[in-house]
Amino acid sequence: MDLTYTPDELAFEREVRTWLKRNVPRRQRDERPVEFGDPRRIAEAKAWQRKVHAAGYLALAWPREYGGQGADVMRQTIVNEEMVRARAPGLIGLLGISMVGPTLIQHGSEEQRRRHLPSILTAAEIWCQGYSEPGSGSDLASLRTRAELRGDEFVVNGQKVWTSNAQYADWMFCLVRTDPDAPKHAGISYLLIDMKTPGISVRPLVQMTGDAGFNEVFFEDVRVPRANLVGLLNAGWQVANATLAHERNMLGSTTRTQQTFQKLVRLARTQRRNGGPASKDPVVRQCLADLAIRVETMKLEAYRQLTDALRKRPPGISASVNKLVTTELNHDIARAALDVLGSYGPLHKRDPRVRDAGVWPTDFMYSLGLIIGGGTSQIQKNIIAERGLGMPREARGR
Amino acid sequence: MIDFGLSEEQEALQRAAREFLARECPPALVRETAKAPDGVPRALYAKMAELGWMGLVVPETDGGLGLSTLDLALVLEELGRAAAPGPFLPTQLVTHALLRAGSAVQRKAWLPRLVTGECFAALAYLEESDRHDPGGITLAARRARDGWRLGGTKLFVMGVPGAELLLVAARTGRSAVSLFLVEASAPGVRVRPAETIDLTRRVGEVHFRDVALERTALLGREGAGWPLLARLLDLGALGIAADSLGGATRALEMAVEYSKVRQQFGRPIGSFQALKHMAAEMVSEVEPSRSLVWHAAYAFDRRPREAARAAAMAKARLGDVYSRTVNRSVQMHGGIGFTWEHDLHLWFKRARWNEVAFGDPAYQRERLAAIDGY
Repeated sequence: MDLTYTPDELAFEREVRTWLKRNVPRRQRDERPVEFGDPRRIAEAKAWQRKVHAAGYLALAWPREYGGQGADVMRQTIVNEEMVRARAPGLIGLLGISMVGPTLIQHGSEEQRRRHLPSILTAAEIWCQGYSEPGSGSDLASLRTRAELRGDEFVVNGQKVWTSNAQYADWMFCLVRTDPDAPKHAGISYLLIDMKTPGISVRPLVQMTGDAGFNEVFFEDVRVPRANLVGLLNAGWQVANATLAHERNMLGSTTRTQQTFQKLVRLARTQRRNGGPASKDPVVRQCLADLAIRVETMKLEAYRQLTDALRKRPPGISASVNKLVTTELNHDIARAALDVLGSYGPLHKRDPRVRDAGVWPTDFMYSLGLIIGGGTSQIQKNIIAERGLGMPREARGR
Repeated sequence: MIDFGLSEEQEALQRAAREFLARECPPALVRETAKAPDGVPRALYAKMAELGWMGLVVPETDGGLGLSTLDLALVLEELGRAAAPGPFLPTQLVTHALLRAGSAVQRKAWLPRLVTGECFAALAYLEESDRHDPGGITLAARRARDGWRLGGTKLFVMGVPGAELLLVAARTGRSAVSLFLVEASAPGVRVRPAETIDLTRRVGEVHFRDVALERTALLGREGAGWPLLARLLDLGALGIAADSLGGATRALEMAVEYSKVRQQFGRPIGSFQALKHMAAEMVSEVEPSRSLVWHAAYAFDRRPREAARAAAMAKARLGDVYSRTVNRSVQMHGGIGFTWEHDLHLWFKRARWNEVAFGDPAYQRERLAAIDGY
């Protein structure tokens, strides 16, 4: 066991820290662009990602030929930690970087990788995920959006729902039914769909937060080249499963959680409760310390999983544990902030007395959404129990 | 390069310890030991000493194995998994104190006997006030012509009765805490075993009635006892956290195994989501907390300035997690889990003692809040 950096890594850490100090835009500190649809903020977020990429601090572990740095995961870890420290804005292309990119590297054709990976990194093309449907939530494999292969094209008809970012995304990675007669897991394919294709319409859905962050997407005779199929025909479930693990790890990443927790501590020090700083209130202190421990636990757990990965040990169900624990932790942090804020807690958006630009009530709601999205907490618990502990599967309908 | 994992040797030690305790320390032995007057399973401890466990962190030049705190934590985890009885942890704490502050004479007098398992030791610091800070130490040590006189009472001493050597925290001045090595058989020392719910550990109170000590009984410098005691309490907190991790893991495994064989409504109860979700919640609390224990042990070995903070975190979290996990395990077992006949209550009760030993979760969280400057 050794948690010290090598001289090389220390030098790299200093370099990244210096770069971030000079380059993180003050106005965009702690910004989370994927949650909003505001065009100005989207443009700023894209510019930030381009800057990070140009500096060589994006997708460090990707192969060089696809725009990565061909570096080890340690460097990525260092960058992530420095991003937290510098309160850097989130990456607008996160879905591409964390989900589609790794999936294409693993399952995509050479042509698909060359076509998509560079523009994922430069934020030239933003991705959205076409998984959930009105009738297929937790039971994702029951999805019914149909893609019929006609010659060199798929013709897609159907509907997706809860599609985050679809209103400004350029591409969608999408699960479609290509064989309606096969058992449900065996008739699904994984398609890359250009959102500008005729026949696609996007209708915003307003979330509990009041923002239109996700959408319904309708497909009417949408023609998708066969070359946009990832992996084999009808083998999309396996491809998707790889992506789902990436998604759980993305949602379970503690980088953002650490950043939000630091923000909570700053809030507790400045917000006054009962005539003094909230952070001096014994109940608040208990709550902060408990959250600090849970955040630290997941940070250390990431080190442990990183070590396991470097030792080529199978990750088991750790992605599900990460997703379950971290999304609930994020929600608890936001709720603690509302507790600290007292009567100021429900103030929102443009109210002149709102604290931290109203981020906390938004976060409180948004973080509940992420407990549901990417496989609900209950689904993660099923996975942990059945795959991790070998508890008997429940009887399922077809 | 971050390497947050065990070495091959450590994984081998962990496996060997688990197999050894599964064979040598089954629940039947734990129950039998509960009836013994001093709560020490002598045969088991003789074998543990043969394996070198009593001197695990003692340098090889002093007859030990010269291993790290992390290795010790791994063994403590396995002892917790087995709900092993006896004064292993308190003996380790006093051994650690001797290594850090003992004079050559003191080391020579006690280390060989502690390392070979010939005698055991206990740390006596708590009093009626149940305070874990310097203010709680009121037992007075007065200077006498040829040494010291000790008068007062210590409570909640883990490993008593059973321990021959006591490390006693006493007040030697208005704001001075000093540590003394006292033999439990010394005239004026009287031990009363406390009656507790925990069948796996002995806790007692020790009365000191004008106990005469030689000058050489003082461990370290006069008045400089608190920093060393604070470190022992941190080490104790880490030790209990490791024990709790092992116990929680075992309670989870027992629940999962039972849920696969117990049938109700014509199917294994483990196929019901109500129980699956309980089990998954246990996993999602227990598994990640392993990292906290490893990290605290690592801090003792490599980053001593971070050790107090890391130990407080591990102790706070594992205190909560062990209690919750074993509570859920009892519930997953249903009626049988509530019986004396089933072994689960051994862990259920040990968890309660673990939660309070060396400071309960709320105390540790407040300590963390102070360290982090909230």
